[in-house]
Amino acid sequence: MTPTITPELVHRHGLSEHEFAGIKALLGREPNFTELGVFSVMWSEHCSYKNTRRELKKFPTTGPRVLVKAGEENAGVIDIGGGWAVAFKMESHNHPSAVEPFQGAATGVGGIIRDIFTMGARPVFLLNSLRFGPIHDEGEYGRKNRKLIRGVVAGIAHYGNCIGVPTIGGEVYFDESYNGNPLVNVFCLGILRRTEIARGAASGVGNAVFYVGSETGRDGLAGAAFASRDLTEESRADRPAVQVGDPFRGKLLLEACLELLASGAVAGIQDMGAAGLTCSTCETASRGGTGVQIDLALVPKREPDMSPYEILLSESQERMLIIVQRGKEEQVKRIFEKWDLPYSKVGTVTNDGFMRVLDDGSVEVEIPAKQLADDAPIYEREAAPPPAPESIDISKLELLDPKRSLLQLLKHPSIASKNWIFRQYDHTVRAGTVVPPGSDAAVFYVREANRFLAATTDCNSLYCCLDPREGARIAVAEAARNLTCSGADPLAVTDNLNFGNPYKPENFWQLREAVEGLAEACRRFGTPVTGGNVSLYNESPQGSIDPTPTVGMIGLIEDEAWITRQYFRDQGDIVFLVGEVGHEIGGSLYLKAVHGRKAGAPPRLNFEKELAVQQLVRELIRTGIVKSAHDCSEGGLAVALTESCISGSEKIGATVGAPDFQGRPDIFLFNESQSRIIISVAPEAAAQVESRAEEVGVPLVRLGEVGGRTLTIDAGGTSFVWSLDQLHDPWYFSIVRALAHQDL
Amino acid sequence: MKIAVVRFPGSNCDQDCLRALQDGLEVDAEYLWHKETSAAGYDAIVLPGGFSYGDYLRCGAIAAFSPVMRAIIEAANHGTPVFGVCNGFQVLCETGLLGGALIRNRSLLFLCQPVVLKIENNSTPFTRLLNEKSLLRMPIAHGEGAFYADGSTLAELEDNGQVVFRYVDEHGEATSEANPNGSMNNIAGICNPAGNVVGMMPHPDRSWDRRLGSEDGLQLFKSLVETLLSVAA
Amino acid sequence: MSTPLIVFRMKLEVLVMPKRTVLDPQGVAVRNAVRELGLENVETVRVGKIIEIEFSAEPDEKKLNEICRDLLSNEVIEDYRVVGTTTSFP
Repeated sequence: MTPTITPELVHRHGLSEHEFAGIKALLGREPNFTELGVFSVMWSEHCSYKNTRRELKKFPTTGPRVLVKAGEENAGVIDIGGGWAVAFKMESHNHPSAVEPFQGAATGVGGIIRDIFTMGARPVFLLNSLRFGPIHDEGEYGRKNRKLIRGVVAGIAHYGNCIGVPTIGGEVYFDESYNGNPLVNVFCLGILRRTEIARGAASGVGNAVFYVGSETGRDGLAGAAFASRDLTEESRADRPAVQVGDPFRGKLLLEACLELLASGAVAGIQDMGAAGLTCSTCETASRGGTGVQIDLALVPKREPDMSPYEILLSESQERMLIIVQRGKEEQVKRIFEKWDLPYSKVGTVTNDGFMRVLDDGSVEVEIPAKQLADDAPIYEREAAPPPAPESIDISKLELLDPKRSLLQLLKHPSIASKNWIFRQYDHTVRAGTVVPPGSDAAVFYVREANRFLAATTDCNSLYCCLDPREGARIAVAEAARNLTCSGADPLAVTDNLNFGNPYKPENFWQLREAVEGLAEACRRFGTPVTGGNVSLYNESPQGSIDPTPTVGMIGLIEDEAWITRQYFRDQGDIVFLVGEVGHEIGGSLYLKAVHGRKAGAPPRLNFEKELAVQQLVRELIRTGIVKSAHDCSEGGLAVALTESCISGSEKIGATVGAPDFQGRPDIFLFNESQSRIIISVAPEAAAQVESRAEEVGVPLVRLGEVGGRTLTIDAGGTSFVWSLDQLHDPWYFSIVRALAHQDL
Repeated sequence: MKIAVVRFPGSNCDQDCLRALQDGLEVDAEYLWHKETSAAGYDAIVLPGGFSYGDYLRCGAIAAFSPVMRAIIEAANHGTPVFGVCNGFQVLCETGLLGGALIRNRSLLFLCQPVVLKIENNSTPFTRLLNEKSLLRMPIAHGEGAFYADGSTLAELEDNGQVVFRYVDEHGEATSEANPNGSMNNIAGICNPAGNVVGMMPHPDRSWDRRLGSEDGLQLFKSLVETLLSVAA
Repeated sequence: MSTPLIVFRMKLEVLVMPKRTVLDPQGVAVRNAVRELGLENVETVRVGKIIEIEFSAEPDEKKLNEICRDLLSNEVIEDYRVVGTTTSFP
C-alpha cells in the first residue's frame, strides 16, 4: 500500500515543484513512492550540496601532495613521503546530536571512521571540534547544554574508545548561539600505502555486489533529509530517526574491510552512511560509469515487513557495499565469516547506467544512476549582508580590574582546561600519541610510516559572526600557526562548514564570505582543501548559529627533535613574543566574557606578516633552541602566557612585560591581534633569536624570563601579579565543576 | 621462543602488544585467533586490551568463554606465563584464573591518564627484572578498572603477596588521591598463587618507546623474555 | 533521638528495555555468544536493566513518570515500565 504522489507528499520530501518537474523529465514518467524517497535523499543538501556546490568550487584543491582530490571519493588523500599517504576528513553530526547527543555523537564518529577505512586506510587518530551553549547558566538552556555536552562527550568516548582509535585533540567552544543546536564535527585520519588507495566505484560489469555488516532496520529513516531541515521544537517528534551505533560491529567491519582490501578481491567499496543503500548504489555506479542492480529481498534485515522505501532509506550503521572481483567471491565470503559479519550478495554491476532496485524480482526503482548522484539542480541563493556589528570605542570602555578579568577569562569554558573532556577519550591507544590533548596541536607518531604528524582544528566563530571573511581567513592562519608551534609544516585542510538556513539571505552571504576567506587563506598557506562537509540549517528557536567554518589541518614534522610543546620548561629561559604586542580588541573574548559585548571588528590578518612569523618560528625550532612555542589567540597575551605557565605537568611562573607599552593595560593583556607566537629559549640562545628576527624583518619583543611561582606582567608600567595556584584553579576546574554534578 | 598475542573480536591493543614485543624487544611474537582451540607451541601468552565482544554484558565476560580461553586456562594451569593487560585482566578475572573483579570507576567515567605504579612483587615472570618498591609510569585507559574483591579474597591476595602493582603517588605512597579509579587497596595488578598468571589495568604496551613519554612498560616484557630464556637455558 | 513508630516503605522496580525497533548491539553480541555456547535455536536476546527505588512516602506519580522518562530511561531509544511495587508498614 504505497501512498499516491501528491504535491503535498512531494513537498514533505523537501523537493520543490521545479525539482519534481526535473525528476519527471529525467525519468520520462512520474516517480513512484520509493523513487520519490530516493530522489529526496540524493537531492538533499546533505548529499548533493545543491546550495553550496558553486561556492565549494572556489577552494584550491590541487597540490603536489594531493593524491585524491576533494569530492572524488569518500575522503581526500595526501602524500606524506616514503611511499605512504594519509586519508583524512571532517564531518558533522550536528542534528542527530541535538536530538540524541550520545548516539548522535557516537554514530558521527563511526561514520567518519568508515569514510577513512573505505579509502583503504587504517584509521590512526580522531579529533573533534565541538560547540555548545553556555554550561554555567542556571536556567533552562544551561541545563540543556550540560545534558548535551555530557551526552556528546560520552558518545564520542563510547565509539572511539571501543573501536580503538585514539581521540588526540580538537577544540571545544561555548557561545549562546549554539543553545540547543550543538556542533559536533569529527575528524579522522588514516594511513595507507600510496599505491593502495581503494576506490568507491562499481567497476567491472558482471561483478557481484555484496552487502556486509549490520542488518538493516528502521534506523535514522531519511536522516540525510533530516539534516537538511531546521531544528524546531517539532524535531522531538522526529526522534525515532536517530540511529544507534555499535562500535563493536564497527571494529569487526574495519578489520574485515582492511583484510579484504589487502586481499586484492575488491573492485570497489563504499560506506553506507547518509541515505544508506540508496547513496552507496547510485554513487558507486556513477563513479564507475556503470549501473548497479540489487534485490532488496537479499538484504539482511533486522525487522520484518520493511517496505522497499524503508530499506533503501534506512541509515542503520556499520554497513558497507562491496563490489567483488569476479572469481574472488569465495575468498571474500571467507573473510566475512572469519569476522562473524552478516553478508549477502545483493546484486551485480550492469552496463546500462541504471540504479535498478528489485523487490523480490519485480522492479521497484529504475533511475539513471549518474543523473541521480551528480545532477541535482544547483542553486545560487540570494545573499545579503546582515546589519554591520556594533563598533567599539575603546575610550568609552569601562576599565575594570585586569587582575580579575584574567581570572574571569580563564574560567570561561572556551579557555578553561578541557581535562574533564579529554580524560574520557582514550588518547593513548595505538601507542603513538607524542603530544596529547592540551597543547596547540596534537602530535602522533605513525609507526607504520615512521612519520610524525601534527593535527589541529580551529575556528573562532565570534570573529566569523562579526566578519565571516576575516574570521575564515584567521581560522586557516590559526590552524597553520598551531601546527607551526608544534614544529610541523602545514600540508592540507579539511573543512566543515556549519551555517544556518541558506534560504535566509544573510546566512548565505555569511557562507559565501567564509568560503572565499577560507579559499584565499588556503592558497596563501599552500594548503589545499581535500574534502569536508557542509552542515546547513543549524537553527534553534532562538535563531541561526554563528557562522562556523571549522578548519581541520594536518602537518608533517620531519624530525622528532622539532616536536615542540606550549608550556615553559626551565627557570631562567627567556620569553619572546614573535610578532607585535598589538591593540585590536574588537571581537575579543575579553569584550564578550568580561564586558558582555559581542561587538567590534575582529582583528585583521596580514598574510605577509603571518607567513613571516610562522616561517621564523619554524626555522628557530629547527635550530633546536626553542623550548616552548604557543600561539596567542582567545584571551590574548595574558591567557597565552598563563597557559605556558600552567598547562604542563609541572607549573612554572614567569616575569614578563613591556614597560614602554603605551595604552590601557587591558588592551595590552587581552587584545587578540593576529600573527603572534610566544616562545621560550635558553638565555644563551636569546641573541640568536634576536639577530635572526632582525635579519628577516620580523618584529620581536623580549618579554622577560621564566621562573618563580607567580605570573608577573608589566603592562605599560603597571604590574600585575598572580600566583600560579590562583591561575590554575579557575582554569583547571571550571568545566569539571560545571559538569561534575548531575542535573535533570 | 614464541609469544602469542590473543586476538578476540574487539581487541584493540593487540597490535600495540605485538609491536612492543616485536619492535621493542625483537622477539618472535604472533597473533593467536580466538577461535583456535590450542595454545600449544607458545612459551607465553598475552591477552591484550580492548573491548572484546564490545564488553557487552560484562567486561571480558563473553571472551572468557571463547575456544582459545579453554586452551589458555589449561596452559596456565601447567605453568605457562599468561599476561592480561586491561581488558585482558578483566578476561582473566572472568575465567577465574585471577581472583576479584573489575568494576566501574569510582567517577563512573572512562579515564585516560598517566599513573604511577609501585612494584609490590618482583618474583613474577613479568616483574623479575624490577626492584621491589620501584616506581613505573604508564597510562591507564578504562571505564571499568576498579579492582574489587570480597574480604577474604583480598586478605588472601595481600597475605600471599599476590598484589603485584599498586597505584601510588610520586613518593611511592598508596594514597587515595593516587588511586584513579577506586580500586581496593590501590590495587592495579595481581597474580595467581603460582605467580605465572598476571593481570594489570595500566598499559605497558603504551609505554615501551621513549617517543611515548615512558619506556617503563618495556621492563615488564623484558622480564618475561629473560624468564623464558632462563627457563630454556 | 526518636524514631517514628511507623515507617512507610515502598519499593518500585522499573524495567528499562531498548525499544523493539531500535538496534540493541549488546543483545546481538549476547545472542551470538549463547549460540556459540551451544544453544543454537536462540532467536533474539535483548538486554535491559532493572532499577530498584525505595521511597519513604508515596511518590508523586507525575514526577515519578518524568523521572522514569527523562532520567532512568532515554525515551529516544528505550521504553520503561514499572514492573513491581511492594509497599510495607513494618
